[in-house]
Amino acid sequence: MSIIVNGQKKKWLKNETIKELLKRMHYSFPLVVVKINDKLVHRKEFSEFKIPDKSEIKVIHMISGG
Amino acid sequence: MLDAKYKKINEKLKKTSIGIAGLGGLGSNVAISLARAGIGRLVLVDFDIVEKTNLNRQYYFLDQVGKKKTLSTKENIRRVNPTIDIQTFDEKLIKGQMEKRFTDVDIVIEALDNAVTKTNLIEEILTKLPNKKIISASGVSGYGNSDRIKTSKLGNLFLCHDEEALSSEKDVLTAPKVALIANWQANIALELILGDKL
Repeated sequence: MSIIVNGQKKKWLKNETIKELLKRMHYSFPLVVVKINDKLVHRKEFSEFKIPDKSEIKVIHMISGG
Repeated sequence: MLDAKYKKINEKLKKTSIGIAGLGGLGSNVAISLARAGIGRLVLVDFDIVEKTNLNRQYYFLDQVGKKKTLSTKENIRRVNPTIDIQTFDEKLIKGQMEKRFTDVDIVIEALDNAVTKTNLIEEILTKLPNKKIISASGVSGYGNSDRIKTSKLGNLFLCHDEEALSSEKDVLTAPKVALIANWQANIALELILGDKL
């Protein structure tokens, strides 16, 4: 009953959405690229997408500048 | 022996096409680096003109101030290598069709400056062109701390990032850091094209 978020083991919470996970992790950056088990999830799905148990999640935020 | 290795590399690079979205600090440096490396075809997209304030980090020259960035980059590439096939598009990337100019390139380099546009391009490339590799950059501001730069591979997305860097609106942009990340992107491109072994 656990998930891996950016390499860290975290407790899996039933029905937790990406939006809720980002909040739990204190990832407050507004623009992030989220991949769950190597699949990209669109930002518009963040509030509905429920994270499955044993998922591996990568969250990377984009910073302005280029 | 080394000549044979160069020949093999050159042949592979010559056959490759790369699209560059944005020709600011990242894109202008990436373009020159890839041109020197011998990439066969480049697709350059930017709507902006060169400003004097760009010269502290972007690959342009004083006599190019006021000129289109697409045209100026093309001019600079031509001075290095006149045989590269260059296609330029003087336009803004529009949400909903950001992938449009990159459908026939092998690799896309995301070299935009705004976090929203960056994220949009990545999302559109990865979803609409699922076989396309995209190399993105995040955290180009500041100076020093080179060792903080990392590459993350997320499927077809290769992201070079300094997660502790500030947004460009809150920090300075300097030539060494910007060119470092730009060349980091170009280096990933070569790695993807040539692989580990030759």
